[in-house]
Amino acid sequence: MKKLLEIKQLHAQAADKEILKGLNLTIKPGEVHVIMGPNGAGKSTLANVILNNPQYIKTSGEVILDGENINELPTNEIAKKGIFMSFQSPEEIPGISTFNFLKYAKSKISGEQVKSFKFRHDLKEYVEELNMNPKLIERNLNVGFSGGEKKKNEILQMLVLEPKIAILDETDSGLDVDAIKTVSRGISMYKNDSNAVLIITHNNKILENLHIDYVHVLVDGKIVKTGDASLADEIEKEGYAKYKKVEE
Amino acid sequence: MAKTKVDDINRNIYDVVDKDNYEFKMQKGLNREIVEEISKRKNEPDWMLDIRLKALEMYNKLELPTWGPDLSELKMDEIATYVKPKANLNNSWDDVPEEIKNTFERLGIPEAERKSLAGVGAQYDSEVVYHSIKQELLDQGVIYTDMETAVREYPEIVKEHFMKCVPINDHKFVALHAAVWSGGSFVYVPKGVKLDVPLQSYFRLNSPESGQFEHTLIIVEEGASLHFIEGCSAPKYNKVNLHAGCVELYVKDNAYLRYSTIENWSKNMMNLNTKKALVGKNAQVDWVTGSFGSKVSMLYPMSILNGEGARTEYTGITFAGAGQDLDTGFKVVHNAPNTSSVVNSRSISKNGGACTYRALVRIAEQAKGSKCSVSCESLMLDGISRSDTIPVNDVETDDVEFSHEAKIGKISDKEIFYLMSRGLSEEDAKAMIVRGFAYPVSKELPVEYAVEMNNLINIELEGSIG
Repeated sequence: MKKLLEIKQLHAQAADKEILKGLNLTIKPGEVHVIMGPNGAGKSTLANVILNNPQYIKTSGEVILDGENINELPTNEIAKKGIFMSFQSPEEIPGISTFNFLKYAKSKISGEQVKSFKFRHDLKEYVEELNMNPKLIERNLNVGFSGGEKKKNEILQMLVLEPKIAILDETDSGLDVDAIKTVSRGISMYKNDSNAVLIITHNNKILENLHIDYVHVLVDGKIVKTGDASLADEIEKEGYAKYKKVEE
Repeated sequence: MAKTKVDDINRNIYDVVDKDNYEFKMQKGLNREIVEEISKRKNEPDWMLDIRLKALEMYNKLELPTWGPDLSELKMDEIATYVKPKANLNNSWDDVPEEIKNTFERLGIPEAERKSLAGVGAQYDSEVVYHSIKQELLDQGVIYTDMETAVREYPEIVKEHFMKCVPINDHKFVALHAAVWSGGSFVYVPKGVKLDVPLQSYFRLNSPESGQFEHTLIIVEEGASLHFIEGCSAPKYNKVNLHAGCVELYVKDNAYLRYSTIENWSKNMMNLNTKKALVGKNAQVDWVTGSFGSKVSMLYPMSILNGEGARTEYTGITFAGAGQDLDTGFKVVHNAPNTSSVVNSRSISKNGGACTYRALVRIAEQAKGSKCSVSCESLMLDGISRSDTIPVNDVETDDVEFSHEAKIGKISDKEIFYLMSRGLSEEDAKAMIVRGFAYPVSKELPVEYAVEMNNLINIELEGSIG
């Protein structure tokens, strides 16, 4: 089967410190991948580097989407090609309602005009599924949203923007059990045979109701172990100690 | 209020230069003969000429301010203080000469008048060429006319108020204004009359190397209410133009006045304007100000809260680009008990532009139980732009609530990355962030100006991405 995202020997640094040290990862359509790892291993860096956040520098290696090297593309072009990232701490942007922002982003990503009526209709369904207060989407983007509302709003954006790959950077952190279930339901709604999900997490809760294809353990800038869903359970019980030793 | 302008406004409409096709242009410079000539051409009563001549004397005595932006490029010898356009005052656009009418059409004034205004004044260079007000307001005793007509027809009211709120010795450019003033609007709202639709005066300066010195005098009687909008613009020339207008507002007991300004002068303009309001018991004046243009601005609207329970709010935004030094702010004097003031200021600077928020809060000893809350935030879009906050607070009683909050910041890389990850280009992302920053102010502007401001932000940001 063809590859959707391929990361080859990726090295990257932030503020002169090397964080990713030769990372390899291949994601095919229809797959759900999970990356787990201790604090500071480079999990969030990976998400940021894939989207070419200028705060990080790729020193070598390749990020290939649908066969095309996207190393040098600006973030918005990568987004248009179909990579979405759910942020750990979504920014608050006053002056534009969440609804108008979603509509605007949708038109930028799809390159097509968005019809308000249909868009509002589709959105309403997602908002209900995500147990969001419908009034939230009339409020300014993330402004005054609780932590949980912001995370749900990220999932809402994922559903609306329909990316090929969604990278969820600790979307479950700081959420209560019910909200994690809601996020998990959002992922299930999004998921189909042609797209893929990369979940970065510390926590097994979000994985419970999802079909997981691969679990990767990221330690010190490299993937040191790949397994199936059972690997996540193992880590939950035993922690990362033995993988850290492997590094040494 | 209905939306009164279309979205596709761009900077070009301000920069269209009409031919300098005046009926009379005063020789450049400033002296007694020039002042007498202006007065004579206006057929003024002697008392007005006396004020002009006293003001000229004062102008010659007063020094330039020793603080604030550099004014050395302003040379009065190179400024024509009076330019009479080839048009008389009309109350029908059909009678306004074609070229001048077209200019105001481009600026959207007649359209706005049809859709959402109760009256309009339009000044071109030194004279008002159009003034009109809805009949039903006339029937209620509202007066809205140019200042020259007011001097002629309502001399007692003008004598009692003209240069009384702002004394001619206030500063050098007030004295200059009083000596050579021309045009402007006069508004009188009788007791208890409430206008629910705004009046708007628009000031257009076309003639190069000239000055505009319009005088706006507004009296809102007890329990009356008014929203007044002023707009101003000019095309760009290589030489300096001068704007030294004066606004005097009398807001009587229990009255309300909202004074909105969008200033869009070209970047060769020295904008040295003076605005002041006297506010009576339980009355309120709100200032909403957008300053985008001019090379140098020194503009600090002032509210004097003389009556118990008087209130004022200032909501202002300033946007300075390359070569612009915009020194703006707000002054408030609490002179009576239980008065309140709220200040919300935003400034944006880029490409080496400089924004200064300069403010005065004075709370007199007798103003017990008063409240003052100041918030000013600045955003710098790059490392070469400047932003300063210079507040002066003079509080003479302990029995007040006073808060001052100032923030100076840069545009956040995290916010840009977040928006770009949703498909927005860097320019779109920056514009969205800047609009968001301006939002607390732009939402207070009349709708068509808020749209215009957002468009200006887009235009101003184009090409500013390094």
